[in-house]
Amino acid sequence: MSEDAETVRAIVAAHRGDRGPLLPILHDIQDTFGYIDQEWIPVLATELNVSRADVHGVITFYTDFRSEPSQATTVRVCRAEACQSLGAERLVADTEQMFGVKLGQTTPDGSVRLEQVFCLGNCALAPAVQINGRMYGRMDRARLVEVLAKGAES
Amino acid sequence: MITVYVPRDSAAVSVGADEVAAALEQAAGERIRLVRNGSRGMLWLEPLIEVATERGRIGYGPVSPHQVQGLIDAGMLDGADHELCLGVVDELPWMRDQQRLCFARVGVTDPLSVVDYEAHGGLTGLRQALAREPADVVAEMTESGLRGRGGAGFPAGVKWQTVLDTPGETKFVCCNADEGDSGTFADRMLMEGDPFCLIEGMTIAAHAVGASEGYIYVRSEYPDAVATLRRAIDIAYEHGWLGENVLGSGLRFDLFVRVGAGAYICGEETSMLESLEGKRGMVRSKPPIPAITGLFGKPTIVNNVLTLASVPRILADGGAAYSELGIERSRGTQVFQLAGNIARGGVFETAFGITLDELINGYGGGTRSGRPVRAVQVGGPLGSYVPVSQFDLPTDYEAFAAAEAMLGHGGIVVFDDTTDMSKMARFAMEFCAEESCGKCTPCRVGSVRGVEVIDRITGGEDPDGNLAVLNDLCELMTDGSLCAMGGLTPNPVRSALTHFPEDFTVNHREAK
Repeated sequence: MSEDAETVRAIVAAHRGDRGPLLPILHDIQDTFGYIDQEWIPVLATELNVSRADVHGVITFYTDFRSEPSQATTVRVCRAEACQSLGAERLVADTEQMFGVKLGQTTPDGSVRLEQVFCLGNCALAPAVQINGRMYGRMDRARLVEVLAKGAES
Repeated sequence: MITVYVPRDSAAVSVGADEVAAALEQAAGERIRLVRNGSRGMLWLEPLIEVATERGRIGYGPVSPHQVQGLIDAGMLDGADHELCLGVVDELPWMRDQQRLCFARVGVTDPLSVVDYEAHGGLTGLRQALAREPADVVAEMTESGLRGRGGAGFPAGVKWQTVLDTPGETKFVCCNADEGDSGTFADRMLMEGDPFCLIEGMTIAAHAVGASEGYIYVRSEYPDAVATLRRAIDIAYEHGWLGENVLGSGLRFDLFVRVGAGAYICGEETSMLESLEGKRGMVRSKPPIPAITGLFGKPTIVNNVLTLASVPRILADGGAAYSELGIERSRGTQVFQLAGNIARGGVFETAFGITLDELINGYGGGTRSGRPVRAVQVGGPLGSYVPVSQFDLPTDYEAFAAAEAMLGHGGIVVFDDTTDMSKMARFAMEFCAEESCGKCTPCRVGSVRGVEVIDRITGGEDPDGNLAVLNDLCELMTDGSLCAMGGLTPNPVRSALTHFPEDFTVNHREAK
């Protein structure tokens, strides 16, 4: 843990000159570790001279920040209006059935995490899905299976 | 060498543009110069290959990777005919009929080429601006009649004048690139397809109001836009377009990209400022307005991507030329975005005044499903549902307001006749409950109650009584919410009720 705390301090130091640096710092921490450990909250609070409650409040406000480590492939299905107009709700039901978990859950083997997202900016090629940060358009069940199978190969 | 274009735009990539580019490189790598341009905005044709010929750029699309070899064998690199050949792209009705000011370079140039940028008119506006007094630049903006393209439509010149007139050593220019509304993707396409245009617009704004620092707040759902902008900013510094002496004028302007973290509410300007300050994205009460007390309490311009990207052209050609376009108090061009269940979806920039019918049934070609259009939602999740009977509405802020709709940012989502409008109304409340910042009660609690009341109505539980409750609730949210999130969520709900009351009755729902 102490080594990780050093890394966290180094990340904070890299943002020393920035104005209002908490979000960029949290992004960097999550990019480095894959999540934001509760134990780093006091470190951040001390380094930035804010209260632990402030740091906790920011982490929990934003849906991107995770408090648990995860190795899972993240599948984010867009549920916003444009995607709904071409069957996003059906796609949600299909993916939930495929993986046997609901939106917001990870499969028991930890391989896939299913999430909802509201708009990926691909509204003319709906329905849209984002898998580990990469966007796919014109998505349906068959194409999702194909994309995930390709991802597993590489 | 033959120049061939395959878009790098993330929408094009989402349907295979990277694979098409790879197939091209493999099949004809030594014969071609491959440019990864932005998208032309004809998204139903993506991945679109363009080949530069003497006749102009010939388009082929939509292309699958496995078709690339066949296209090359058929003579695509000489612009030969083929079943996927679309002809000269600039002569297609969709392209020919647009008036592209904001999107002039998007899809045409290599987004990160400074040579392309200057060759296509880039920096003209900034040079014009730097040669003039800040007050003159603001006056030009006011004369242009440009209104905020993020949705609210507030006159940009008035906002800039306020920041200019507010004394302060430190002022900021903030670009709201938290494009969270469904049906909008033009901000993303511009950031990915012509990032220097946004940088130039922000630099002009900085000169006009005396700001020295700028922030672009991009949502985390747009990783490609973030990467392109960061690269573009580095290149701009290398060429002296940003930094301590912009184009040798003595202007100092530093520009930073900040990434959101999955909160829709951060597209609301005061919430975005809180987020930029490293806090929870809680909405602020107004007044004070951000132009006077903005980021870190300093005078701040907050403008949308397309507002700022319209600025270089206004300075290059003059505010008067810009204001000649459009109708009534909606001046200039609007970047319409055709989305959802539409045959030909994409970006269509033209002067205000074009009707919904021309856009949706004309250029858009009706629904993708081939079924009749039932309704369109204009202006994002907080915009009203507009029935087909109102498709003759001219796209004008005031005309839409008079019809109890909202033109907003010009995002249009099309729904066909299988859509259950009571579900869409319920979703509007559900979305508000999910994304409310929680600061004010009408939004935080009202949205949750809204879902419950709609469920009771559609469940047949005292429909008349519960409709009265829903109307009360909508009125309260409209009048009592702190910002547009809670204040405008009743728009989709009420418009669905007004135009499609039959969808809220039990009998109808059972019939479906």
